[in-house]
Amino acid sequence: MHRNKHSIDLHAVVHEIAHYLPAQAPLKDFIHHNTLHAFQDLPFEKGIRKASKIFGYQVSLSLEEFRDFYQNKKINHEVLLRVIQQRKPETNPNTYLNHLLYGDMDKPENPRIGNLRYQWKEVGRVDLDSYIQPRLFRLLSNYLDQGISIWKFPADRKGFIGSIRELEKNAYVSFFKSKRVRNLLVNGNCDLHFLLDRIVGDETMYRQYLFDQQFSHQGWSGMVAAIEANPHTLLDKKRITLEDIIAFELLLEMDALDDKLGLNWLPLSKIIKVRPKELFDPIKDTEMSEAQAIWQEALEFSYFDQVLEGVRESAAMPEINMKASFQAMFCIDDRECSFRRHLEKEDPNCTTFGTPGFFNVAFYYQPQNGKFLSKVCPAPIDPPYLIKEVGSNSKREIDPNFSKHSHSLHSGWVITQTLGFWSALKLFLNIFRPQATPASASSFTHMDKLANLTIENRHPDHHERGLQVGFTLDEMTDRVEGLLKSIGLVKDFAPLIYAVGHGSSSTNNPHYAAYDCGACSGRPGSVNARVISYMGNHPEVRKRLRERGIDLPNSTFFIGGIRDTTRDEVMFYDEDLVNPMVREMHEKNVQSFLNALENNAVERSRRFESIDTSASHEKIHEQIRLRSVSLFEPRPELNHATNSLCIVGSRRLSDKLFLDRRSFLNSYDYAIDPDGKYLLGILKAVAPVCGGINLEYYFSRVDNQKLGAGTKLPHNVMGLFGVANGIDGDLRPGLPSQMIEVHDPLRLLTIVEHYPEVVLNTLQGSPETYEWFKNKWIYLAVVHPQTHDLYLFNNEKFEPYYPITKELQHPKELLPIFVKEEDNLPVYILN
Amino acid sequence: MENLINIWVVLPIIGFLISTVLPKNNEKLLSQFSFLSVGAHLISLQIFLVVWAYQGFQKLDHKDFVLFSSNGYEFFVDFCFDKITAVYAFVGSFLTFLVTIYSRYYLHREEGYKRFFNTILFFFMGYNFTIFAGNMETLFIGWEILGISSFLLIAFYRERFLPVKNAVKVYSIYRIGDIGLILAMWMSHHLFHENITFLKLSNYEMVNEHLQSHSLIGIFISLMILLTALAKSAQLPFSAWLPRAMEGPTPSSAIFYGSLAVHLGVFLMMRTYPFWEHQLSVRYLIGFMGLSTAIIATLTANVQSNIKSQIAYASIAQIGLIFIELSLGWGILALVHFAGNAFLRTYQLLVSPSVVTYLIKEQFYTFVPNRKPLKKVFAKKLLYTFYIMSVKEWNLNNMMYTLYWNPVKWLGNRFSFITLKHVIYFFIPAFFIGVGMRYNINMLPDSFTHYLPILFSLIGLIMVLKSFTERHKARMSWVLIILNHFWVALAISFNEKFMFTETALYLSGIIVAGSIGYYSLNRMYNIESNIDLARFNGHIYKHPKQGLLFLLTCLGLTGFPISPTFIGEDLVFSHIHPNQIALAIFVSASFIMDGLSIIRIYARVFLGPHVHSVYEMGYRSS
Repeated sequence: MHRNKHSIDLHAVVHEIAHYLPAQAPLKDFIHHNTLHAFQDLPFEKGIRKASKIFGYQVSLSLEEFRDFYQNKKINHEVLLRVIQQRKPETNPNTYLNHLLYGDMDKPENPRIGNLRYQWKEVGRVDLDSYIQPRLFRLLSNYLDQGISIWKFPADRKGFIGSIRELEKNAYVSFFKSKRVRNLLVNGNCDLHFLLDRIVGDETMYRQYLFDQQFSHQGWSGMVAAIEANPHTLLDKKRITLEDIIAFELLLEMDALDDKLGLNWLPLSKIIKVRPKELFDPIKDTEMSEAQAIWQEALEFSYFDQVLEGVRESAAMPEINMKASFQAMFCIDDRECSFRRHLEKEDPNCTTFGTPGFFNVAFYYQPQNGKFLSKVCPAPIDPPYLIKEVGSNSKREIDPNFSKHSHSLHSGWVITQTLGFWSALKLFLNIFRPQATPASASSFTHMDKLANLTIENRHPDHHERGLQVGFTLDEMTDRVEGLLKSIGLVKDFAPLIYAVGHGSSSTNNPHYAAYDCGACSGRPGSVNARVISYMGNHPEVRKRLRERGIDLPNSTFFIGGIRDTTRDEVMFYDEDLVNPMVREMHEKNVQSFLNALENNAVERSRRFESIDTSASHEKIHEQIRLRSVSLFEPRPELNHATNSLCIVGSRRLSDKLFLDRRSFLNSYDYAIDPDGKYLLGILKAVAPVCGGINLEYYFSRVDNQKLGAGTKLPHNVMGLFGVANGIDGDLRPGLPSQMIEVHDPLRLLTIVEHYPEVVLNTLQGSPETYEWFKNKWIYLAVVHPQTHDLYLFNNEKFEPYYPITKELQHPKELLPIFVKEEDNLPVYILN
Repeated sequence: MENLINIWVVLPIIGFLISTVLPKNNEKLLSQFSFLSVGAHLISLQIFLVVWAYQGFQKLDHKDFVLFSSNGYEFFVDFCFDKITAVYAFVGSFLTFLVTIYSRYYLHREEGYKRFFNTILFFFMGYNFTIFAGNMETLFIGWEILGISSFLLIAFYRERFLPVKNAVKVYSIYRIGDIGLILAMWMSHHLFHENITFLKLSNYEMVNEHLQSHSLIGIFISLMILLTALAKSAQLPFSAWLPRAMEGPTPSSAIFYGSLAVHLGVFLMMRTYPFWEHQLSVRYLIGFMGLSTAIIATLTANVQSNIKSQIAYASIAQIGLIFIELSLGWGILALVHFAGNAFLRTYQLLVSPSVVTYLIKEQFYTFVPNRKPLKKVFAKKLLYTFYIMSVKEWNLNNMMYTLYWNPVKWLGNRFSFITLKHVIYFFIPAFFIGVGMRYNINMLPDSFTHYLPILFSLIGLIMVLKSFTERHKARMSWVLIILNHFWVALAISFNEKFMFTETALYLSGIIVAGSIGYYSLNRMYNIESNIDLARFNGHIYKHPKQGLLFLLTCLGLTGFPISPTFIGEDLVFSHIHPNQIALAIFVSASFIMDGLSIIRIYARVFLGPHVHSVYEMGYRSS
């Protein structure tokens, strides 16, 4: 091909399309990310408006929903007035308020995407999609399949299009109706320029046409782009590129056109009468978009204002020094927010910390007999270490109901008449007495409690699969030091320091990975907790730590554990390694954990309509546990729903506040980090991890149909990597409605305890992190460690913030509130 | 004992009717009511089963009441109970009971919670009507209810494109089965000169006596029954509809397409077993259809990479085996096989979301990389050919287009020249001329009157073909369907025995449903000013009440057992003589097309994504 004679670079176009497509990985690696990441280089409001205009997404709650929120006092009147004054200083706030509440606004127009390619239907009277999509999806699904089909794609070594070519070359039948198109494929003539010239015929339209084409099934295209970018995400690896499927789809289009119009059809550019508007033409602000932005900010600050006031009051309280009974580290996850509160209530002398749940140890984990490795650290890291599970006695359970034999003819004949009746009984039991099955996801089985781990590197040359097995002493020391310093735990060590990871358990839930620890790449954090504890207990490591100024007394022990966020259960590892005296203390602490877990279950139950929160605590806890093993329960837990805050600083800022499980909490001591070295590390993780979670919830909530996965009830599992509706539907990335329905779409407010100038300097050291805050995809506030004044980051500078809220409520008891209230609660000061 | 059978038909009717008036937002009440009404059914049935078994599994039959009778014709409702009913009733009641409990939590907060339970109970009512039916007419009532409930469950997510599209598709396949049943009823009426009960069918001497002199008619009836059963049980060549029906919430797919509805074709074959038992050629054919379905469906199941269609095809293959068992006369084995397959597939579908956790885990521990590619050219070619054919579902879906949908469209398009003016200035006056001829029939030559019914039924068929392919005007399409019924009535009236009262019975339902439906469409047109049939309009999003009203009128116009037209349609056929093949073909084709055209209007005007896509709506491909 004479590529140089073309004025358009199609590789660049394909690359650009990939950038805008949904970036969700296959189900087993579900990791939250900003759904509209492609617009993140623009300020939030501009970015979402652009996305909306081009792709037709809803990017904000509707006017009616905002008005409802205002009537229900979810949006504070004074906050709303202040926002109006700040944004529209020239108008009378009350007039505008009236308009917001009762005025008619312009209706949104239809999006730009799809209009060019739609001309095939409008003018050409050919419905391309209904012809192409079932064929394309089926082939893609079969090609990428990870283990559903019994008869695998027979030729899959030559890439997607190459493998289909291989099939076509060697078969007596064809996927295509048109001989001409089949010959194009078989003879290798699948160059995009060539095909587009036939189908579109005008180079200036290629880009828009390809966007239209790929965004008619953005779920499948996004999955292909995600696999192309990271082939290791599939266990059964497949070679595929976005360019492959574009070429194949163009061939299918030609096939459809040949079939419907005969061989002599004209390209699209010759038949259209009016050329639709360019996708990326500038976008005008509308009255509606301005109103929605004002409503949105008012909604956000109706809550944030209380939080900031609470944090300010807390910061100003005098610090009490006491000797801790034990110290416990948890993940920053918002689900630990309430648990830590309950634990501190059970044992007022304990101290809790928050840190990303991989506990600063990044490695690959290989369970015994596992043929693959699981990454257990934040997704962007590619750690060169491997830790293996050895000496496990647990066996994988088999469930014959998933056996593929039941799908074959003869064994199916036997199975239906035997196992079939067994299924009836199982179904009956499962409905009346739900129990865990081999098909449930369970956080405790991620690692066998009784097995050993190869944590310590025996020999620097000990490598497997190109990874170093275990960590050397120096490497261990670095990990422990980094962890302790980042959370500000460098002195006054208690006899017991817990590292408690978290995971979740659910049944009949293809999105199970989304419920586990995001800092461990969607896996439970048990291995990491156990590994960091081993390191902390290592005498050689302690010796080296002492040289670095961290003096862990010999009487102090680390114990690793895992907390199940669905079931509210905990399990500890290697408890018998501590000395008998400490062991006794541990037993006492375990009781505090158990009590706290039960109280946490009670607090969580207020959101579940099927549980009576006024029942006895044991009963509630039992019902909470049942949710995780019930086949018919689409909401095993509510995961990150309602998340909206991230506090980076001392626990003092939040331990007297009731934050309703809405806050990520990262412990941090500004005093030992004057130039923000550790802060940078923390914010680098907070922005993509917490911001990603928050924005995925935001967008799945405001447009559950186009940006979320819709209701999960009709979902059908495709190839083990995605879900779709029915058998011929597009893949549905994003979160199902059952995960987001209680979520109010608030952007994340990050509150840092430090000097504003240090925070600004620190952030500017990492442009990609700075972008999140600069463009307000995440809000940033700072509480001054000395004056306790508040500053809000706006227009790239910190401006003082004065809360409207003057006084927060001090309820005596929370339980009566839990029993009564199902919706979000305001910020309370705890006694 | 006989009188008791009614209980299990009446209970679901009461259950369904009460459920329609329960408050929409009270999930607890809705689900508990469904749970109790199905539970009562299950428990009372079990007690009865014990007593019945104790008394020696006797066959029970109970003639309930006569809906309509005239000289030589009686339309009566009749119920029976035997081993087949016992097994179907138990499996159906048990699974529906479990699924109602399951759905109670599973559907929590779902838009359409009430609609779901209404539809499930509606389905349960049709199911029991069908399996307890003692004669074809009663069975047909249940059959129609099943068809509509199936449509409603597939299109449960009525604001998305694919569910609605597939619902219409599946309904159109069911419609073929309905007509098979009507034709079987037609011929058996002429064969036995009564609406024969299934109990009488098991009287070998009687059946044999009738069949000896009319063996062709006997084969025709068997073939029609087989056609109906094949369509309902997703056997060849209809198989491709079953996986496409998996659009509703998983529990409804599980109970409907995994287990109960899909086995009703098998039920029909079991029910009519005494009739075709001695027709060897028919038995060969049943066995052959079962075998080829089993093979094709197994091959297709093997290449499915999504879990629901894999289960669907695997289930179809087992049903194919059941057909073979039936053809061999192994009735009891077939019953056991049915129950096992129904339980297994229900369970497999309900736990289908777990497949990710389970298989990923399995793969994680036991993965073996793909084997080496084949070297031998011929083996490879054969393998690839089979693979491609299986991926294409052996062209079964395409075949439905080529043999059914496309020809109908093509035919309809031949009449696209007909406009509203033609209808008003030609077809309506022509109809009255036809009526005039009927009243002066004695003045016309016999050879002429002989062909008139055929001509008139053909005009009726043209009306509805045009209606089906009308691209824009919903109201005109609707009027054409009404006209079709009038032409059919006129055509039949030329057959000597047809009474005015019978015509009135037939047309009364049409007139009432037709005019209310017209009013409803007209109203939608005035409000929305756009009810173009070229695309889905989704008006139910803003006008749910109008949608429901129109759906009811659609049911009336299709001859659903809520309107006298239902009996009228059966009457129409009873007046077609066995030798009037052309008339029978035109009239039955009309009835198929009526159903299709009506459901198309409903779907296009009220269902699918809303025309203004600014609302929160899924993409077309979602």
